[in-house]
Amino acid sequence: MSAVIESKGGFRAWLNKRLPVDQFVADQLTGYYAPKNFNVWYFFGSLALLVFVMQIVTGIFVTMHFKPGEATAWDSVQKMVREVPYMGIIQPMHAVGASFFFIVVYLHMARAFLYGSYKAPRELLWVIGMLIYLALMAEAFMGYVLPNGNMSYWGAQVIINLFGTIPGIGPGLVEWIRGDYGIGDATLNRFFSLHVVALPFIIALLVGLHLVALRQVGSNNPDGIEIKEKLGKDGKPLDGIPFHPYYTLKDIVGVGLFLTLFAIVLFFIPTFFGYFMEAPNFEPANPVSTPEHIAPVWYFTPYYAILRAVPDQKMGALLMALSVAAFLFVPWLDRAKNKSIRYRGLASKLLLGMFFITFLVLMWLGLKPAEGLYVMLARIFTALYFAFFVLLPFVSKADGNGPVPERVTYHAH
Amino acid sequence: MPIKFARVALALALVFGAGAVSANEGGHADWQREAENEVSNLPSLQRGARNFMAYCSGCHSLRFERYSRLCEDLKISGEQCDALLVRPGDKRTDYIRTSMPEKDATEWFGKPPPDLSLVARSRGPDWIFNFLTTFHADPASQKTGVNNLQLPGTAMPHVLASLQGVQNAVWQNAEHKGDDGAVTITKEWKAFEPGVAGSLNPKQYDEFVRDTVNFLDYVGDPTQVERQSLGVWVVLFLLMFTGIAYMLKKEYWKDVR
Repeated sequence: MSAVIESKGGFRAWLNKRLPVDQFVADQLTGYYAPKNFNVWYFFGSLALLVFVMQIVTGIFVTMHFKPGEATAWDSVQKMVREVPYMGIIQPMHAVGASFFFIVVYLHMARAFLYGSYKAPRELLWVIGMLIYLALMAEAFMGYVLPNGNMSYWGAQVIINLFGTIPGIGPGLVEWIRGDYGIGDATLNRFFSLHVVALPFIIALLVGLHLVALRQVGSNNPDGIEIKEKLGKDGKPLDGIPFHPYYTLKDIVGVGLFLTLFAIVLFFIPTFFGYFMEAPNFEPANPVSTPEHIAPVWYFTPYYAILRAVPDQKMGALLMALSVAAFLFVPWLDRAKNKSIRYRGLASKLLLGMFFITFLVLMWLGLKPAEGLYVMLARIFTALYFAFFVLLPFVSKADGNGPVPERVTYHAH
Repeated sequence: MPIKFARVALALALVFGAGAVSANEGGHADWQREAENEVSNLPSLQRGARNFMAYCSGCHSLRFERYSRLCEDLKISGEQCDALLVRPGDKRTDYIRTSMPEKDATEWFGKPPPDLSLVARSRGPDWIFNFLTTFHADPASQKTGVNNLQLPGTAMPHVLASLQGVQNAVWQNAEHKGDDGAVTITKEWKAFEPGVAGSLNPKQYDEFVRDTVNFLDYVGDPTQVERQSLGVWVVLFLLMFTGIAYMLKKEYWKDVR
């Protein structure tokens, strides 16, 4: 695919002799062919990258004014927001950005489910993506603990204690994670280090691998058919178009739409009705005053609902771990011949629809107190959640083999 | 394309909607009202600041708000700031602290009165409004002689009694059927009736509380008004940017067949 770059004279030639700038652009952008039939679902990959960069940049500024530690964290956040010029916007941008990161990532994952983007030859691409998701969950959790608000404190209490349910090593492990007998200075300082240095590096590395793997196998598309199998006389895919300028320009439209939504939330409803920033977290950590309902932020609540659906805490924690880990096996659980939901039967469509609804209902249930009807519902939907992964091999095998078109469906506009 | 946008919109609506629905849940008792304060109402904020310094600051600090910031945001001149708001012994650049020693406060009230910098964000303006309007006489409360519907058993005395007076609560019995069919009877609030009169009539008192709540709403997030007015321009710019980006994309995509 690499085009030969002709070097003439001047600075550009000098540069390219030392750093393959033009070659890189030719290989990765103008010479990288992507299917021409991407729809709106394909915005979320580039948007996830955008939010990641935004989080890094806003994070740099927040770190300048943040003082980790039990005695200083809370005050330093309040003071930066109130007294440092523009931090009243940049700090909420970082906090709201965390929620938008997950919105984008969940939609990006939903896209993979819709069009079978995890199927061969993209299994590793999916697995790397899931590792990014795991690292992101750790990153978001630690970031939430850092300001040492009351929900930070109690949320950390609940989540860290989950590790205590591991047989044998549990109690020691919890102490090792906290670095203390309770959540204290040691915990906040190590979380700061992990949140600001270790995890961003890990995520950046994984994102890099994700992109390398993507370039290796090429993008899937809504029809789930490989464009590399239909090449033109010039050796380029007939249904492919150069990533640049076509998709760079299209993604910028997505960026514009996304940033508009983001700005509306950031400037006018930054707490998003208590879902992006929870009211109890506007009180400093107080080990003797438990918030009325301890609930993690919305992006963790599906798993939290599963945890609480089980009466036994050990089993609940195990099921919760399993509910996240299950995603890793999806490429091998899906045994359909076709990738895209477009060319699968009604049973597959219903199964996937059920899974999406189940995930959202669990998300809602995790925000509710674990009592009465909510517990019953959480149990039903936990069962449905796992039913998806159990049924997927059979349903996909049975009705995922219909005829697919020769070429991608695309209507020029 | 529009249909596909609609699908994403639907997905987003589901994510957000699940939250919005549950946010509106929870029954409201009859005594619960909305504060209906407007943070952009400058005279109301100024009155609220005056109310706070006169009636609240003896016990409650605003430890993240400086007098100078307050006066700048509320358009109060330097001289007026010093004369009316800054407590004796404090400088204009100081944070708004209380002069009550924590040890004494703990002895008097059982616990130190909380700092109120963020009370409007942790409890919400409506909560404060209802807290300050539902004090009522309660002989059972030996320390203060009053109780509160929003925060039953509160350690805070009715500091605003000279303004509101002390109202009496009228109670009624309400029957509740539990899941198991058992009927429990609880005492429920029915109405307030005038008790000891204060210097303000009920309407004036509500306005007094509304201004004070409004001020605390501002203190909870001092940049909110500025942020919102900047936000309008940011959103307008982004819409324009998106429009131009869309036209550019359309132009390039003409040759994709």
